[in-house]
Amino acid sequence: MMTPLIAGWLGKLNWQAIPTNNITRGGAVMMILAGVIAFGAITYFKKWRWLWTEWLTTTNHKRIGVMYIIVAILMLLRGLSDAMLLRAQQATSSGASHGIISSYQFQQIFSAHGTIMIFFAAMGLMFGLINLVLPQQLGARDVAFPFLNAISFWLFTAGMLLINVSLMIGEFSAAGWLAYPPLSEIKYSPGVGVDYWIWSLQIAGIGSLFSGINFMTTIFKLRAKGMSLMKMPMFAWSILGSMSLVAFAFPILTVTLTLLYLDRAFGMHFFTGDGGGNPMMYVNLIWAWGHPEVYILVLPSFGIFSEIVPTFSRKRLFGYTSMVWAIWGIVVLSFTVWLHHFFTMGAGADVNAFFGIMTMLIAIPTGVKIFNWLFTMYQGRIHLASPMIWFIGFVFLFTMGGVTGVLMAVPAIDYQVHNSLFLVAHFHTMIVSGVLFGFFAGLTYWFPKIFGFKLNERLGKYAAWCWIVGFVLAFGPLYILGLMGATRRLDHYDASLGWQQLFIVAAIGLAVIMVGVGFQILQLVYSVWKRDENRDMTGDPWNARTLEWATTSPPPEYNFAVLPEVTSRDAFWEMKKSAHKTKVHYEDIEVPSNSPLAIIIAGFAFLLGFGCVWHIWWMVILGALGIVLTVFVRTLSDDDHERVITAEEVKALEAKA
Amino acid sequence: MRGNKNFKPLILVVLFAVIVALLDSYLRHHHVAVLDAKGLIAEKERNLFYFGLGLSAIVVIPVYIMTVAIIWKYRETNKHSKKYSPDWDGSKLLEGLWWGIPCLIIFVLSIVTWNSSHALDPYKSLGSNGLDVEVVALDWKWLFIYPEQNIASVNMLEVPVNTPVNFEITSDTVMNSFWIPNLGGQIYAMPGMNTELHLMADKAGTFRGSSANISGRDFADMSFTAKAGSVSEFKDWVNQAKQSGSELSVNNYNLLSKPGAGSVNYYSSLSPGLYNHTVLKYMTQQGGTQ
Repeated sequence: MMTPLIAGWLGKLNWQAIPTNNITRGGAVMMILAGVIAFGAITYFKKWRWLWTEWLTTTNHKRIGVMYIIVAILMLLRGLSDAMLLRAQQATSSGASHGIISSYQFQQIFSAHGTIMIFFAAMGLMFGLINLVLPQQLGARDVAFPFLNAISFWLFTAGMLLINVSLMIGEFSAAGWLAYPPLSEIKYSPGVGVDYWIWSLQIAGIGSLFSGINFMTTIFKLRAKGMSLMKMPMFAWSILGSMSLVAFAFPILTVTLTLLYLDRAFGMHFFTGDGGGNPMMYVNLIWAWGHPEVYILVLPSFGIFSEIVPTFSRKRLFGYTSMVWAIWGIVVLSFTVWLHHFFTMGAGADVNAFFGIMTMLIAIPTGVKIFNWLFTMYQGRIHLASPMIWFIGFVFLFTMGGVTGVLMAVPAIDYQVHNSLFLVAHFHTMIVSGVLFGFFAGLTYWFPKIFGFKLNERLGKYAAWCWIVGFVLAFGPLYILGLMGATRRLDHYDASLGWQQLFIVAAIGLAVIMVGVGFQILQLVYSVWKRDENRDMTGDPWNARTLEWATTSPPPEYNFAVLPEVTSRDAFWEMKKSAHKTKVHYEDIEVPSNSPLAIIIAGFAFLLGFGCVWHIWWMVILGALGIVLTVFVRTLSDDDHERVITAEEVKALEAKA
Repeated sequence: MRGNKNFKPLILVVLFAVIVALLDSYLRHHHVAVLDAKGLIAEKERNLFYFGLGLSAIVVIPVYIMTVAIIWKYRETNKHSKKYSPDWDGSKLLEGLWWGIPCLIIFVLSIVTWNSSHALDPYKSLGSNGLDVEVVALDWKWLFIYPEQNIASVNMLEVPVNTPVNFEITSDTVMNSFWIPNLGGQIYAMPGMNTELHLMADKAGTFRGSSANISGRDFADMSFTAKAGSVSEFKDWVNQAKQSGSELSVNNYNLLSKPGAGSVNYYSSLSPGLYNHTVLKYMTQQGGTQ
């Protein structure tokens, strides 16, 4: 079919790369269809120019935040459809029945589910929310490096595209979401799946590292006048903790992935079982990143709850200083516990006991935070809005997850539940209630700030209750199954074990969660439709306490016409109490100007990644050169990075608002 | 309306009772391997599990009760007068309490962790005169080599009760994890590595063992039967294996280690040094390539 010349030019890529099985094809067709519809709609409504100038080339943190959240929600839906396939398989594959998909497909799907949920759903929601809220909360007009921020987002998107392209061209990794060698080495995984995994994470991961540095700098340099660190909102503190972890942990991921790729592509022996390689080194390295990653996600969610609980309790946050110490306790400890992911690797009793005890220590600051939230509500006026329902779900589930976590921190207990469904249930409890519930609460809470109208509360509450009840049904059985000896990642099992009923209950649980997702989609659609009834004219729909509510909803491009001055914690609450209006004096405002270069850099990064996956070396060189040249172009054109909004324009804009 | 309000908690209580009853009946009719300990190590690990659960309850139960009570009492719609202190944002005593009490609990648990990590160290021998078994994880089956008995078996592990069993474990493929929940916790099987596990069955029975770590296509088939019986039963089993006729020669081993799910099989004698060779061949340059 193909001449050797072309074949040579395309590396390992040929017609065989088009998937043949119906499930993968179905997914691919659905994705292509969605893409075509989106493309058609934009063309039909003549929105390309608008899309390009207002969104794709933007460097404004709020727009970037919105784009992050759109991508993350799409990826959440992809991850959920993977989850549905996994649950359907395990509910039906008892005994002689081998369910609906092959073991190889099953393994690709759970690998994709974990990877997509952590890297592209959870991380995307997190960076989205930080972008939307952090600068405003600090009283700043943007992040420290707006262009770098755009690069971060587009690298995240390039990684996301690469992982989804694996559905249409080639295959995805079947080695689990962390791709332990030797299984992920070329000898045992000869396909391109693991390479897709490596490069989508590599590209998105470098974007995350940039974001970490960017947000840390923003917090250190761009706080409003008078906002000392100890007057910062707790969300900002949480982000500072989380981003410090990003800055220290993500380089480890970058190096680890690079070494694994060198093994696979160039026959090196960093992690191979033979030739002097050591797979145990990989397991250590990946968890030296992987454990902090959990706290990278959880801390921002804690930060969100620290904003929501005081607002809806009409009371100051209890134990502010304790909360700050708790965050930093968690940050430091999270780098000293990675070995608890592999107590079963055979380290000595001293080593295992040390890491077990360090792990338990994390329960102390985490517990302190829970008690502080409870006492924030104590003697308050609790308004049970939908963000609070997510919070209640979080307290109940997360505490239970904490218990199972402390249990597994005891090495001698861990030997009996490690890699079982008990473990799977545990980390889903932590990530779903501790991360996702917090992000959902945050999205509901800050939605009116960004879009100018509130989401429907009733539908939001239905969604939250479905998620909570569905979660208990979906993961309660998994705890029991784990104790029954069911290991994770089984595509089928013996009927005599009697596991099937519990797997069916778990599948029903996921169905209830999906009803919750349905309510969330309905909530969004209905709220957009009825937006005029729920407009937020005040800029402060929840009677909140921090500076992001001091602006209009939605805020102007520059956030604050006059930069606020802060004298205490809960700065906006104090402003409302004193409520003195001084005569405002407007000044020229510099805002970052749009630039197409971020999306171009990400485009080259995608080429580089795709080329590495398929060993198309000219494409790799093109991608690398492209990135370097684009960065040069940006650096040399130093004069047009900012645009000035004059004082008159600001005055006119403010008068309209 | 008022009657309706009192009715709601009742529904919850009934629902809770129904769920507990269903769960109880399910667990009675099914085998919960980790809690149904049939070995010395599994018993101790299970007891530790219960102990940890109990200790955690000291924090969890107050948290749950406080959450419900605080939200119930201080909800906005509660018309009964209640205290409102919008500026109360700290208490040295209370915060000291919830830094202190968890610290105490974790301190206790740390001591238990330190001691149990040493007492239940998988590498710790459970006594002399034990049975040695060399375990090799293959794609996708388990090979059990009995060096003293000079036999080997596939996917079938037989041990005498009340006898310490010393497992030496390796893998001639990717990473696996060797786990028999009824007898005790797992340990990884890794190529080029020799890990150890010491277990002892104290009740006779037939148990399920499996690999707990994903290892490729037929990973789900990597379960095996572990049988604990009397010493004489074990001897009979060894003799039976001896009569199976085929030697675990290097050739037969290479055939066996080809990728594919396995079924129960026996070897009547061993090629000497096979286990050590399997471990060591990964140490040499490119040795793992067959």
